[in-house]
Amino acid sequence: MTWETVIGLEVHVQLKTRSKMFCACSTNFGDPPNTNVCPVCLGLPGALPVPNDGAVRLAVRAAMALGCEVHGLSVFARKNYFYPDLPKGYQISQFEQPLSTGGRLDIGTLEAPRLIGITRLHLEEDAGKSLHDRFPGLTAVDFNRCGTPLIEIVSEPDLRMPEEARRYLTTLKRILEYLEVSDCNMEEGSLRVDANLSVRRPGAPLGTKQEVKNMNSFAAVERALQQLRDRQAATLEAGGKIELTTFTARTGELKPMRVKEESHDYRYFPEPDLPPLDLASYGIRLADERQHLPELPQQRQLRFEKTYQLPTYDAGVLTATRALADYFEGWVRAGAEPKSAANWVMGSALADYNEHGRFRVSPDRGFALIQLVDEGTVSLQAAKQAFTILGDHPGDQPRAVVERLGLVQVGDAEQLATWVGEVLAAHPAEVQRYQGGEEKLVAFFTGQVMKASRGKADPKRVQEILRERLGG
Amino acid sequence: MTALAERARVAADRIEAAERRGLHAVLAFDRNVLLEQATKLDAAPTDGALTGLVIGVKDNIATLEYPTTCGSRILEGYRSPYEATAIKRLKRAGALIACKTNLDEFAMGSSTEHSAFGRTQHPEQPDLVPGGSSGGSAALVASGGADAALGSETGGSVRQPASFCGIVGIKPTYGRVSRYGLVAFGSSLDQIGMFGRDVRTAGRVLCAISGRDPNDATSADRPPLEFPEIPNDLLGFTIGVPKEYFPDDLDAGVRAACDRAIAHLRKAGAKIKQVSLPHTGLAIPTYYILAPAEASSNLARYDGVRYGPRYAPGEGDVQAMYRATRGVGFGPEVRRRIIVGTYVLSAGYYDAYYRKALRARWLIARDFDSVFAGGVDLLFTPSTPTTAFRAGDKLEDPVAMYLADVFSCPANLAWVTALSVPVGRSDGLPVGGQFIAPQFGEARMLQAASVLEALVDRAAEAR
Repeated sequence: MTWETVIGLEVHVQLKTRSKMFCACSTNFGDPPNTNVCPVCLGLPGALPVPNDGAVRLAVRAAMALGCEVHGLSVFARKNYFYPDLPKGYQISQFEQPLSTGGRLDIGTLEAPRLIGITRLHLEEDAGKSLHDRFPGLTAVDFNRCGTPLIEIVSEPDLRMPEEARRYLTTLKRILEYLEVSDCNMEEGSLRVDANLSVRRPGAPLGTKQEVKNMNSFAAVERALQQLRDRQAATLEAGGKIELTTFTARTGELKPMRVKEESHDYRYFPEPDLPPLDLASYGIRLADERQHLPELPQQRQLRFEKTYQLPTYDAGVLTATRALADYFEGWVRAGAEPKSAANWVMGSALADYNEHGRFRVSPDRGFALIQLVDEGTVSLQAAKQAFTILGDHPGDQPRAVVERLGLVQVGDAEQLATWVGEVLAAHPAEVQRYQGGEEKLVAFFTGQVMKASRGKADPKRVQEILRERLGG
Repeated sequence: MTALAERARVAADRIEAAERRGLHAVLAFDRNVLLEQATKLDAAPTDGALTGLVIGVKDNIATLEYPTTCGSRILEGYRSPYEATAIKRLKRAGALIACKTNLDEFAMGSSTEHSAFGRTQHPEQPDLVPGGSSGGSAALVASGGADAALGSETGGSVRQPASFCGIVGIKPTYGRVSRYGLVAFGSSLDQIGMFGRDVRTAGRVLCAISGRDPNDATSADRPPLEFPEIPNDLLGFTIGVPKEYFPDDLDAGVRAACDRAIAHLRKAGAKIKQVSLPHTGLAIPTYYILAPAEASSNLARYDGVRYGPRYAPGEGDVQAMYRATRGVGFGPEVRRRIIVGTYVLSAGYYDAYYRKALRARWLIARDFDSVFAGGVDLLFTPSTPTTAFRAGDKLEDPVAMYLADVFSCPANLAWVTALSVPVGRSDGLPVGGQFIAPQFGEARMLQAASVLEALVDRAAEAR
């Protein structure tokens, strides 16, 4: 009998604001410890929080994109617990009346949608960072991150496989990046995942769930959940019981976290330092916000398939990030035929991007290069060679580059005949086989001629001459 | 010597003399700090509304000149790197910040006996208490050491000591004065208040520090208050007298003084109307759930990690450090309230206590709303059920101590404004009468109190 896995995810996402949630301190990552701090984020006696309206707006945008109901009036609440990196002894979050509730995320395909429920999306502030490895035997605290605006996105326990959890995360990340709500950088901690999982016999009530934290990539989340699932199934099959345990996956293996003596009671209550969050008083009108919501990745993918007649695969790759999709559409706008632009962008351009971290060849220059291929001035192979050079020389035009590099195709019959003659003379055995009926060897000869010409020969003309000579 | 310098010198002499007598109204004072401010002001005179006014500041309000200890070991020697908005505004108005004044630890108490640094005496009778928690500020102003002082109110901590010490104390509407820099006790109740020997002085201090502050999200979006013209009579005023504030067991001298004040109000032309605030009896239990609940969270930051003294046992983890620091750093009344507050917010008790208290608070506020909506401009009541009591009398009986605020804490719960003004004496001790006005109704309240102040002989026995 098989086990059914039930997974829920809590994702914390850092909002892309310049200043913190409740004070004017910078949110810049990587500054020297405790330089971006003030009385408010340090929780000094008498200091008071004032909400950052930019953060509120981003949270509203994210909630809308996830199909949540956004509440015009929500309430900040204090989550009370003691920890050295929590300077006020409480975190300002939302509890009974969150910013938004009841959304969904489609992690399926166009043909087979798979909707995962979003329980809630609320605003909160981040804590500082405890550094256990700075000073031997001591713990240091860096409060730069303290007060950074976050949204917490809680899913329904709708996920049924670790692979689905991963797909949920990639889909979510793609949306949040599109909205320019967050960088979603797991390494810098701007996206953090807590996962919980239980197993049960199909149709049985929910089992006891266990939590796992501290995964540093989506792959690590999937792996940790696989381990947790196997572990629970093995325990139950051996007649054991699932204990309420929280695991850390920091090292790649599941380790139970140190359990605190007292069970957590956060004593949530409405934050008396902040009036209820009234979106109207921040000039946020839901109808306007909805109208200004950018096109979301799934909509854009669908549009690419329809408008540009692209295969699903291509449309998926090209809409993986907003920047990539914008870049591709730049090529089309410049005049490139969509499928040809897609091939270039997914091939040479993406490879170049991965190496250099930005798109170095503008769509206009890209299109000019395509034109050189189409009119037969350069071979495709030579054009690919030229693409990298164009990246290195931002001011150069494609025609100048291919001319400078001597990549312009040779169509001159005499020169081509010379190269063909040399190749045939050098491969008498192959010539014999060809004449014995192995006609596909023409590709081999063409390749040899291209090699001899260092890519400059026009392959179409070469084949014509070959067939002529070999009597094909 | 300039007039300003002379004022500062006289104040400094008086403060020092009072402290030598053992008043202990002051936790931090340096006469040079005071004199320097006068010199600076002379060099660069302003036309500020409070130019040269010497002001004491309760030691739970952040100042740059002196430490801000809240009367607690846990903040002993703590210096704030920033100053409260109210202090900034006082300075801008030309006031001189004289000293920091004593208080019940974190403003929790009604006698100033709960200060970790020793009790403040009553300004007239040393073995009595001055009231609290702003007892240091009240005693300082009553003894002439300062022209005015800032206190803070969570449940009567300005009006009650003003009443005990025979001076004027104001609790502004919630949101009228910025709380930025006031060390939080019960954030939804806290408000900076002020003392003066007359209504005008206290009122002018209120005006100078009032108005919207972008650093306090709960400050009201209103322009600063302007001190009103004082009329010659109270024609057109309807003053309600709530029966719940005159119980059968009310101290006879307090009752007599208030009755005489009401007679003056009537003679001045005010229409006196008997009214009822039926949920008054809920105020003390409601207050002693909500204020400790908020306090238990507000005081969590004093953990020995970032500032203040740290008490660490020889070994043990961070939990042990917390326990030691908070165990030694907080006094018994603060610990009691943290424990009560933690309890009422705990899972399983939240609905029975905290949520119910929130509902009771709305009932109490609605009482005021309906009375004011029924044509009453102001309410008049005794400020406190008794005159100043003997030090030590209520120290072992917290509930008796809490009941000293029975007439004052409803105004805090209802977010409205109130004021205590001297209305006579009972057995030689000052009696305060209280005006309560609707939210942002300070102007009419200051008018009525000024008229009454001019008519009543505050030095005379009421019986």
